[in-house]
Amino acid sequence: MSFEIRDDCRYRESHEWAHPNGVVRVGLTDFAQDELGDVVFVELPQEGDALSRGEEFGVIESIKAVSDLYAPVSGEVVAVNERLFDEPELVNESPFEDGWMLEIEPTDADLDALLSPGEYRDQTE
Amino acid sequence: MALRKPPLREVHAERGAKFTEFGGWDMPVEFDGIRAEHEAVRSSAGLFDVSHMGEIKVSGPDATELTNRLTSNDVAALDPGDAQYAVITSDDGQIIDDTVVYLLPDGETYLFVPNAGNDDRMHERWTDHRDEWGLDAVVENATDEYAMFALQGPDALAVAAETTAASVADLARFTAASTEVAGVDCLVARSGYTGEDGVELLLSESDARRVWTALADVTDDGATVQPCGLGARDTLRIEAGFLLSGQDFDIESDPRTPFEAGIDFAVDLDTSFVGRDALAADDPEERLVGIQLTERGVPRHSYDIVSTENHVIGEVTSGTMSPTLDAPIGMGYLPTEYADPGTNVRVVVRGGQKSARVQQLPFYER
Repeated sequence: MSFEIRDDCRYRESHEWAHPNGVVRVGLTDFAQDELGDVVFVELPQEGDALSRGEEFGVIESIKAVSDLYAPVSGEVVAVNERLFDEPELVNESPFEDGWMLEIEPTDADLDALLSPGEYRDQTE
Repeated sequence: MALRKPPLREVHAERGAKFTEFGGWDMPVEFDGIRAEHEAVRSSAGLFDVSHMGEIKVSGPDATELTNRLTSNDVAALDPGDAQYAVITSDDGQIIDDTVVYLLPDGETYLFVPNAGNDDRMHERWTDHRDEWGLDAVVENATDEYAMFALQGPDALAVAAETTAASVADLARFTAASTEVAGVDCLVARSGYTGEDGVELLLSESDARRVWTALADVTDDGATVQPCGLGARDTLRIEAGFLLSGQDFDIESDPRTPFEAGIDFAVDLDTSFVGRDALAADDPEERLVGIQLTERGVPRHSYDIVSTENHVIGEVTSGTMSPTLDAPIGMGYLPTEYADPGTNVRVVVRGGQKSARVQQLPFYER
């Protein structure tokens, strides 16, 4: 199996991707959604919540498993993908696009602490 | 300890299955996604490898007496080819395992199917009691000699008919026949664990590939039969309200009687079996109920169930997001005063309480 790993993102070992574009958009990787299987439930923070790097920000549940989600950067949550509440399967169908989870206004945008696409690829192989 | 492997472990791996440890076995958990597999079984047909299930054979002059004294139902009532659901209970009537007992079509041998990982323990239980009671019976743990498949769904019988020598449509529910499937000797039983019609096949492990390939290749309206893993087996059986050993009862961590578990039909108090006297006096204070969340969340094993007055009244024993109902469902034991359908309760999901309602089991019935 090969999984999509985007070159314009950085990654956490716990399988979140972070895409810097002014704000930092966050989601779960293609590899992780495949490991979880059919996603049935996503719990996310609210707009305005403050997150620290590495802090647990939510929970994702598939039929067979429950997994915590961790913030790749510190900052304020400025957008939440509310579509996931009714269509959690978007995380499976479109992990890098429609299945995004949060946008964070970073207070510490040091993405170099995260894994590069190549480093994340090594981790998943 | 090394995991036991079903005979087709590598065939499933090549097909792209993901695996999980279950009952000491390395089993396929999904092939193409739990939801897709679940829906295939509800709408057409799915094929499961359930070779992790045990097979114990009992024969000899006292086979009937030995098996009747160790199972809750009446095996003396079985005609050749009949199958019977039963539980194996402790002296105090608690379920050690649940099983299906077949009187094989030869009319001489009982074969019963304990749950994954319980085969050694059941073999020992039968031989110990045989010796203690001075009975004349041969007890054989044949688990490693058998493969077991389940072909389930509304199209399962049509699929089976294309590969099976004898007519499976004529098989009554819970009966079995010896016949050939794809030219291989099989015991074909009209039974299952999904809430759908279908058959279960017992065959020699050396013929496993031939039968699996023949069934998985048969097409029904051009559609290939969906291979299914233990993930879909679990969501299907929860919808159908079937118990899972080690989860909905566990002789060590959560002992339950068959009356608490709602399987009274598996108990024949007119027979004399280990646990019978305790069960005759049993007046259960708790019952297994269905629970459906009315808020978003997924009930899972060991989550607390609380009353609207905020008292912990039970635990979820099994739970999932039901693909058929598109709703979070589960099961658990509640005191009888909370067991009526419609009773409002709550399930504690990661510290937060979710509203839920007691439901009549099963959630799904064809």
